[in-house]
Amino acid sequence: MSLRDKALRVLASVTRQGLVILATILALFPVYFMAVSALKSRSEYISNKWGLPASLFLGNFATALAGEKFLIRFANSAILTVGSVGISMVIACLAAYAFSRMEFQAKRSLFNVILSLMVIPPVVMIIPLFVTMAHWGLINTRGGTILIYTGLLLPFSIYLMTNFFQTIPREIIDSARIDGCSNFAILWRIMMPLSSPAVITLIVVNALWAWNELLIALIFLQKDSLKTLMVAIATLRSRNYVDVPVTMAGMLIATIPIVVVYLLGQRYFIRGLTSGAFK
Amino acid sequence: MLLSQPVDTMQYRKFEPWLYLSPALIALALIYGYPVARLLVLSLQRGSGSGASFAGISNYQQLFKDYLFLGAIRHNLTLLICVPIMIVIALILAVFLFDRIRGWRFYRSTLFLPYLLPITVVGLVFSYVFQLSGVLNDFLKLIGLGALALDWLGSTKLALPTLMFVIIWKEVGFGIVLFLARLMSVDEELFDAAKIDGANWWQLHWHITVPQLSTVIEFFAVISVITMLSWVFNYVFVMTGGGPGNATMVTELYVYLEGFEWNQMNIASSVSVLLLFVTGGFIFLELRVRERLGAVEAVG
Repeated sequence: MSLRDKALRVLASVTRQGLVILATILALFPVYFMAVSALKSRSEYISNKWGLPASLFLGNFATALAGEKFLIRFANSAILTVGSVGISMVIACLAAYAFSRMEFQAKRSLFNVILSLMVIPPVVMIIPLFVTMAHWGLINTRGGTILIYTGLLLPFSIYLMTNFFQTIPREIIDSARIDGCSNFAILWRIMMPLSSPAVITLIVVNALWAWNELLIALIFLQKDSLKTLMVAIATLRSRNYVDVPVTMAGMLIATIPIVVVYLLGQRYFIRGLTSGAFK
Repeated sequence: MLLSQPVDTMQYRKFEPWLYLSPALIALALIYGYPVARLLVLSLQRGSGSGASFAGISNYQQLFKDYLFLGAIRHNLTLLICVPIMIVIALILAVFLFDRIRGWRFYRSTLFLPYLLPITVVGLVFSYVFQLSGVLNDFLKLIGLGALALDWLGSTKLALPTLMFVIIWKEVGFGIVLFLARLMSVDEELFDAAKIDGANWWQLHWHITVPQLSTVIEFFAVISVITMLSWVFNYVFVMTGGGPGNATMVTELYVYLEGFEWNQMNIASSVSVLLLFVTGGFIFLELRVRERLGAVEAVG
């Protein structure tokens, strides 16, 4: 290899590494900015916006946790997330069992219809849902919102669980049948324990969606005591006076559950998201 | 290719599948089926409930005379510029990571991070970055580029491009992870054979990587187009609220405002119907792409 080739090679590898590092810095900057601002007092923030804090000031976290019904909002988000993720999981597993292990009329077309529901944006449904829910008295109730979330989570959940259930070898099911298991027992005692990777994937993907959801929470939970974290954060911008460091501290606390869930289930999460494109 | 596995020797009565399906079907009918039917009716009415009267297509006619709605459509279409940019960036970074540069696993995790963060949080953080006295302008002044310190979110010319930057920043991570996962499932021998044949880096990726990725690129393109047309509410609501002077009004925000701020449920419904038809068209396209994808294994 000539000297010129070698030089070109080094140059290429430096460019490559350089571009990736630049992209990484860009990707991390908002999180960095959020973290360092949360650790500054207000006066320090004004004089030094993006640098590292001179000392670790934790007062913002205390202020954020104490103020503006933060804990209530946090709990509201948690209730909606746990409720909708749990209920949709149960319903999706029942449906996926039928799709993966039984034959019935119009199975394929029904499955395709459910699949295509995944891409319909929720904004299409909000007006009629609001009219209907108002009629039933379900506006400003957690149950009503959990119902909507559950419905919206179902298409992807059914799709993912069906795909996974199909990979379970039939021999296992046949032998369970010979042992006298009922159909429901096969689902509950054989398929579910074998499906824990898919279940974890689904919990991670769905929990992130529900925790981050804004539009529906904004419309269906307008009562102050029911508002979620994301709604509270989203409406901060319209205020004239905002204490930036305290806001950053609050947002950091709101983001931590996501980062924890992601780190715990990273492998599963990526697999779950990309599964939409493959198979 | 879906649901193609032979069904095993299960015994069940004819109604049993429907028993297992019924909770899902009821929930889907309540959240998708009925609302969509009701939506079509609402869009053809004046008022709702018992006081409603038939309005024909007048809601739609009114819509296309509303400069605010036409502006919203124009802005959504402008957002489509993000799609090719995202594909190129994601492709380049995925290929770099696939070349196993030092620390690629770490980079994969961090480049994906923006995709998970709540848009609400990210949007607010970026508003502090881009406001007139924000971080970006402070930085530009510091390095002597004070002339470039512009009102990124407050000027009608710049607000939409700034918003586009944030959307790309957030959504591109999904493309990177998607492309990388597909690349890692490509048969290594294909690359090895090309290398033995003396292909250089550029030839290798242009003749092998891009064709191998074409179906995932198509998938990502379709998903991204749908995103730009109908999933950008959060960005706009948090960062600009549609302003300044409606410069960032998009169809979703228009639905929200008509329906819940200006009490024009019928007008809002007709916009939703249009959105439904547009996404419906793309879903069709997506299903066809999916069929062509075949049984490619997902890699985590």
